[in-house]
Amino acid sequence: MHLGDVLLQGAAALASLGAVALVVLIVYKVVEGARLSLSTFGLGFVTHVGWDPVHLKFGAGSFLFGTAITSLGALILATPLAIGIALFLTELAPAGIRGPVTALVETLAAIPSVVIGLWGILVLAPLLRDHVDPALHSALGFIPLFGPATYSANVFTAIIVLTIMILPIISSISRELFLGVPSELKEGALGLGTTRWEMVRGVVFPYTRGGVAAAMILGLGRALGEAIAVAMVIGAFTGISWNLFNPGNTLAAMIALNYQGASSGLELSSLIYLALILLVFSILVNLLAQLIVRRVARRQGLAST
Amino acid sequence: MSAAELTPLQRPTDRLRRRKAVNRGMEFLAWLSAAVAVAALGIVVFSVARRGASALSFDFLTKTQVPYDPTAKQGLANAFVGTFVIVGLATLMALPFGILIAIYVNEFAPRMIRNGISFVLDVLNGVPAIVIGFFVFGLIVVAHGQSGLAGAFALAVLMLPLVARTTMEVLALVPNSLREAALGVGSPRWRMTLGIVLPQTIGGVLTGATLAVARVAGETAPLLFTSSLVAYNTSFNPAHPLQTVPVAIFELSESPDPTDHARAWAAAFVLLMFILFASLGARWLATRSRRKLGRAAR
Repeated sequence: MHLGDVLLQGAAALASLGAVALVVLIVYKVVEGARLSLSTFGLGFVTHVGWDPVHLKFGAGSFLFGTAITSLGALILATPLAIGIALFLTELAPAGIRGPVTALVETLAAIPSVVIGLWGILVLAPLLRDHVDPALHSALGFIPLFGPATYSANVFTAIIVLTIMILPIISSISRELFLGVPSELKEGALGLGTTRWEMVRGVVFPYTRGGVAAAMILGLGRALGEAIAVAMVIGAFTGISWNLFNPGNTLAAMIALNYQGASSGLELSSLIYLALILLVFSILVNLLAQLIVRRVARRQGLAST
Repeated sequence: MSAAELTPLQRPTDRLRRRKAVNRGMEFLAWLSAAVAVAALGIVVFSVARRGASALSFDFLTKTQVPYDPTAKQGLANAFVGTFVIVGLATLMALPFGILIAIYVNEFAPRMIRNGISFVLDVLNGVPAIVIGFFVFGLIVVAHGQSGLAGAFALAVLMLPLVARTTMEVLALVPNSLREAALGVGSPRWRMTLGIVLPQTIGGVLTGATLAVARVAGETAPLLFTSSLVAYNTSFNPAHPLQTVPVAIFELSESPDPTDHARAWAAAFVLLMFILFASLGARWLATRSRRKLGRAAR
């Protein structure tokens, strides 16, 4: 074998090994940083609600709650919108505006989170507080989620901000999935006299169900890990409140807001424990998405043979 | 022909009318969702532009920050320089590394390893930026303190999967006939890869790099841990922590002083314009290089 071949293959293999080592090192460093808190609080940390730097008692409970409620809320709002956008772009849009709208929706993903956060807290939050929150409260106040609205920095604002951020992820993946539906199937349905919506419901959705689920999971992953934009709009409150119009906090936002003010080694280590929980979530989310994609690919491989 | 002349079988039944109404309703909702997304983009960009453009001035671009003195003539030159240095260094670190990974995966690796590395890149891509921040904090900052270099390393970790992924995609587009032709005239594999295959992908690699730059230029979270405790002078030296545009926006937005908010908007405007142009530029590059590869395939 040529010396150059050995060198190039060696360097390339080394770089790939480096990427694997990087992931291992990330996990190791985060676990190491969290060790003090891990040994002090153990697994009880995960469910303990409260963050008390004076008595050195820390827990992830309220941030897990906040992370769950904000990312699920964003997912619930973003998914139908994203599917609507993808259907518009694949089935309805006139040829002339298809390209530009696709580009615009993808541009939404390029806006930095700090800019969305700035807009969220200075423009969106006052608007929601004055007009949307009270309206939702008076219409749906019997549900505990829509309690009295007083603060402008609150969980609901964070949900809207996250919705904007994950919308382009879900819609661009869904668009590609919808484009992959064989046109024979679609034409077959239309030829049987279905309306366009019945065709979508009977052919496009079943064909792409798994892929759309994977897209949702990837969107969820993004929402779970978003720190800055959420930190800017959520109002930083430790505790559990079902009222969306109260301030709250998430794992990622808590880390971003408190890292510089950590007053003890244990508090810093507890913040890294929060990061460890996030890391575990992000790996699980990726595994799950991969699993779904692989299952769908296998099923479609069978269907086409 | 009016409805009255239709036979009973041809006449639209209530059921058909209902199905058509549902269809129209759903089509309207799809139009509406697209409109909402485009409107959201328009509103964010317009808000930032309206508030940011008015605070933009020559001083803003050329003078440095003077904290705690709202009356001083000041700008964010230090942050612009810092972002330029840190993102530049991150690109220098991530680009060769990412290209090598892509070459290995596409040209050398057996199938099993290829899937494994793909998955590792996906995992790396999914790790929240703030966790990367803590990783670099533990790896570098605890021992050596904050520095522009540490910030650049954190951003490079974020860029790596993006660069590797796009390079893998374009490498896969290069037609095998080119590889076979190069090997056929007796060139060794490494010259075939570096001299024939890689040059075909320059457009695609540049696209990936530009998109990755656009993505990390706006990252705040990892820089909070690695390059945020700054002296407010303009410096090109990455051995010290450097101020960056996103961190400056984050800090200014938390200030109670409205002139700081104005500066945050102006900084957001500059950052947003840079990122929008970079993304559009990348899109243009992508179309161009794909067209070129398409020609080569024929």
